[in-house]
Amino acid sequence: MSKRTVQFSIYRYDPDRDDAPYMQDISIELEPTDRKLLDALTKLKAKDDAISYRRSCREGVCGSDAMNINGRNGLACLTDIDSLKQPIVLRPLPGLPVIRDLIVDMTQFFKQYHSIKPYLINNDPLPERERLQSPEDREELNGLYECILCACCSTSCPSFWWNPDKFVGPAGLLAAYRFIADTRDQATNERLDNLEDPYRLFRCHTIMNCVDVCPKGLNPTKAIGKIKDMMVRRAV
Amino acid sequence: MINRQVVGAHYGLKDWMAQRASAVIMALYSVLGVLVLMLVRPTSFEAWQGIFANGPIKFFTFLFFVSLFYHAWIGIRDLWMDYVKQTGLRLSLHVITLALLVGYTAWAAAILWRL
Repeated sequence: MSKRTVQFSIYRYDPDRDDAPYMQDISIELEPTDRKLLDALTKLKAKDDAISYRRSCREGVCGSDAMNINGRNGLACLTDIDSLKQPIVLRPLPGLPVIRDLIVDMTQFFKQYHSIKPYLINNDPLPERERLQSPEDREELNGLYECILCACCSTSCPSFWWNPDKFVGPAGLLAAYRFIADTRDQATNERLDNLEDPYRLFRCHTIMNCVDVCPKGLNPTKAIGKIKDMMVRRAV
Repeated sequence: MINRQVVGAHYGLKDWMAQRASAVIMALYSVLGVLVLMLVRPTSFEAWQGIFANGPIKFFTFLFFVSLFYHAWIGIRDLWMDYVKQTGLRLSLHVITLALLVGYTAWAAAILWRL
């Protein structure tokens, strides 16, 4: 592949200078080795160092560079530039307050995540070596523990847009089920009690935007269904 | 009052189950309705009246309307919860919705048992 010029339209907003956000058209020449969107953003940043975005690991592990790419949430480091229609429209994750350009304030997102107590609760004395699980019990955690908390799912969820302060959101609920499903955890009932709420869990209307955008291929809707399933089995 | 966000109403599962159960009842009634109409093929007012004068049909029709209104209650309440932020306004809308649906239920019963 030869050198190519790629067109961008980027959401810009610096609250210290701008009265309102605006879209900036900008193009950049890329090398054949520039394959991912993050490579292009790095070049853009070299051209205009005021362009702001988060990034860290650049390989889909840290979840920092989540953004809205051509109307769809995703990680810049995992998105092939050549798979995108030009001009590539980059916006911050929807539904969260913008701090600057593509950087959003994730406080609300993490508040919901913390509200489900994302840690193992086990009051037994610590065993000498480790708490063991059978391979079958461990199997249930696959598809749950891999979440990197990039917020692509929660910020694409209309229920989270309308009630970010009350609805836990797909990422938080996936994490909630990760601990509900864990055989080493002893707080299953408390966790289910904590979620039995018309807002916290039942705002999910199975829209499935979360499944559509998850860059790790996880399925929060399925996890939410399993939480409801456990509540039904507990109640009926 | 201090402005703290509180959640933890500890309900929701029953409504969620009721929404599904009422949907199943409505689906079954739709099949029953089509079957009855295909069997009877009513062409006159008297024939239509005859269908609904039948005891079991009356029972299932009323069950259908109760399911419809209960299903609608949960669905419309979800709409208010999603979009209406002001608690007083939301509560008023809940009460109005509930009052209308209870009224509709009584009205459906009155119509059915008049036939």
